[in-house]
Amino acid sequence: MTGVSRRRLFGMTGAGVAIAGTAAGTGYFAASRPDETAATVPFRGPHQAGITTPAQDRMHFVAFDVTTTDRAELAALLRDWTQAAERMTAGLEAIENGAVGGRTEAPPGDTGEALDLPASALTLTIGFGPSLFDGRFGLGDRRPAALLDLPHFPADNLDPARSSGDLCVQACANDPQVAVHAVRNLARIGFGKVAVRWSQLGFGRTSTTSRAQSTPRNLFGFKDGTNNLKAEDTAELDRHVWVQPGDGPEWMSGGTYLVARRIRMHIETWDRTSLAEQEAIVGRAKGSGAPNGAAEEFDPVDLQARSPDGEFRIAADAHIRLAAPATHGGVRMLRRGYNFTDGSDGLGRLDAGLFFVCFNRDPRTQFVPVQRMLSKKDAMMEYLEHTGSAIFACPPGVPPGGHWGDSLFG
Amino acid sequence: MTIKARTLLPALGTILLAAGCGGQTAGSAPGAIAVQAGDDACKLSTTSAPAGTIRFDITNTGSQVTEFYLYGEGDRVLSEVENIGPGLTRQLVVEVPQGGKYTTACKPGMQGDGIRGEFTVTGSASAQNGAATQAVADYKRYVDEQADQLKAGTARFAAAVKAGDVEQAKQLYASARLPWERIEPVAESFGDLDPRMDGREADLEQGQQFTGFHRLEKDLWVTGPQPDTPAIADQLLADVDQLVAQTRTVQLTPAGIANGAKELLDEVATGKVTGEEETFSHTDLWDFRANVDGAKQVVTTLRPVLSAKDPQLLAVLDQKFAAVDALLARYQVGDGFKLYTELTPEQVKELASAVDALGEPLSKTAGVVAQ
Repeated sequence: MTGVSRRRLFGMTGAGVAIAGTAAGTGYFAASRPDETAATVPFRGPHQAGITTPAQDRMHFVAFDVTTTDRAELAALLRDWTQAAERMTAGLEAIENGAVGGRTEAPPGDTGEALDLPASALTLTIGFGPSLFDGRFGLGDRRPAALLDLPHFPADNLDPARSSGDLCVQACANDPQVAVHAVRNLARIGFGKVAVRWSQLGFGRTSTTSRAQSTPRNLFGFKDGTNNLKAEDTAELDRHVWVQPGDGPEWMSGGTYLVARRIRMHIETWDRTSLAEQEAIVGRAKGSGAPNGAAEEFDPVDLQARSPDGEFRIAADAHIRLAAPATHGGVRMLRRGYNFTDGSDGLGRLDAGLFFVCFNRDPRTQFVPVQRMLSKKDAMMEYLEHTGSAIFACPPGVPPGGHWGDSLFG
Repeated sequence: MTIKARTLLPALGTILLAAGCGGQTAGSAPGAIAVQAGDDACKLSTTSAPAGTIRFDITNTGSQVTEFYLYGEGDRVLSEVENIGPGLTRQLVVEVPQGGKYTTACKPGMQGDGIRGEFTVTGSASAQNGAATQAVADYKRYVDEQADQLKAGTARFAAAVKAGDVEQAKQLYASARLPWERIEPVAESFGDLDPRMDGREADLEQGQQFTGFHRLEKDLWVTGPQPDTPAIADQLLADVDQLVAQTRTVQLTPAGIANGAKELLDEVATGKVTGEEETFSHTDLWDFRANVDGAKQVVTTLRPVLSAKDPQLLAVLDQKFAAVDALLARYQVGDGFKLYTELTPEQVKELASAVDALGEPLSKTAGVVAQ
């Protein structure tokens, strides 16, 4: 490796590189350790990284509109992106000799703000939006049926400037600067071919995707993601997350569908709600995270349990009841959302909430019916407003020598 | 319409239960507490009593004339008995409605701070439960009045709609909604009625029919009368009838109505001050006024309870209500208000801040009432 490596400044003894080396070919999530904030997550594998990878602490999610109408140019961009993405996830600059090693007369090829930083478990996950299949690139017949245009859900208040997109890249890392650096450099590489449509920063994970992680809290102050799918549940992941051969189309096998929802929380009114009411709305104790009527966080959620006065312990309109797999014929999703605060709203309230991200095998039978029920009946909706929405098809992982566009362009 | 008054009714069982506990003093009035007031001692047979009427029998066992005092916080004299000669027994009867730490003192020689001791009052007295019960009854009467007004106003509005008199209907729209907005948490507690009567277009599912006030609002301000407009008006009238009938039998609780007031301010904060409620007519300030009035009514009826349990909170509430009133008054035009779209962003911000300043203390009332 020549030129300035981001890792060189840190020394080569970091665990990340060693892990990356030994994990080659074994699938990526087995390799990543949640306590390794500086670790490197392998870029290649049967599935894309950043899905079952133990959720990193920070996120920068970006959606692009494709501005070129040239199919070859788009395919070339995906190749260029793949190269830069793989380097950055390894803790390297976007291109060799990027930040300071090039000609002094030229602007640096890497923006430089991640120079001294380790890989920070950076993952970059790509997705293709429904609009990419509109015929501009001859991809109309490759659009998966599961990549539907999401319906209007009750109480949606979507901002077009925070919704949709032809492409997305989800950058997750344990250092926000590393995630932002990745998005910034991909956007730069894309100028003239793609334009950023919207982007979202997330500052705290709200889900666990591995049993090795503790359950974090969302901005309502409640533990979130207790019953999430975990990387260790491989059979469940095949059933609920990964597109299986035969699901169609073939190019999506091993991939998954990403649904992103920017959910503004009316946290000021929530904060004026009594503790009893908050716990009734969520269906869990605020302190321990235990389901109402149970003692511990991971105690099973008993939807039938009643108190002595005959009332459901977990209320009929409690969030965890309406989102429970049992309420939806066993349907589950892998959630990977982040807390966000985008300053304030001009009315003296925080523009804050949850950037909800989920991965599912078929949103038509998973995300859509669950969200429909939540939008309609969830007591929590009183404090929520969905302000952004997007869906993307995330292709399978990149094999050695391949790139992000391989499966799509065939 | 997004706020559902789930706290208003389901809490009933719990709150009644709590009132029952607090009310135990009513039936089991304690016997008198014996006080031995000596020259250098002040011995009580017990140093705690449940809230309510407390009797002390003070016997002067010393050689000097003595006094007996009961103090509240900050040495506020709650009651006293003076001039108890040696060997005499006098009785002090005092009403202590509120639980907490009190101080007793015997003052041999009727001078100085006296011989002091701590005295604990537990629970809160039935007098207060009586006040709370009265508040609920008062508020219920208010709900009934508003329900009647809603019926009358909606009937006038619907008649204009059905007569195809768009201008007249637009005139009547905002004021017809006022009583609804004043008692919104109650009105919203009847399941399907609220989405049918007050649902916003964005709250609907695909394929769901858009009905109620806001549907008529859209017809009047945007699309013009539609073939089914009269039917929508009829449905609204029928729904109002059903609502009125249901409010007649509704069971309310002190904490429940206090929560309702908080929810009214939540409504203002998330729906009215953002201009989302009246997307087509922009008459959000009418709703704003009505929500605040409804909340104010709750505080008015709970005033005796709040004044006994947390006078400071009550003072803050009065002040913040006055601030909101003063701001709203600026935008009053005749019987009505400026349109939301006529406000500058700065004015909206100012209103939002005033609403938050009121909403925050208002959210504490339910906890105080439930004490």
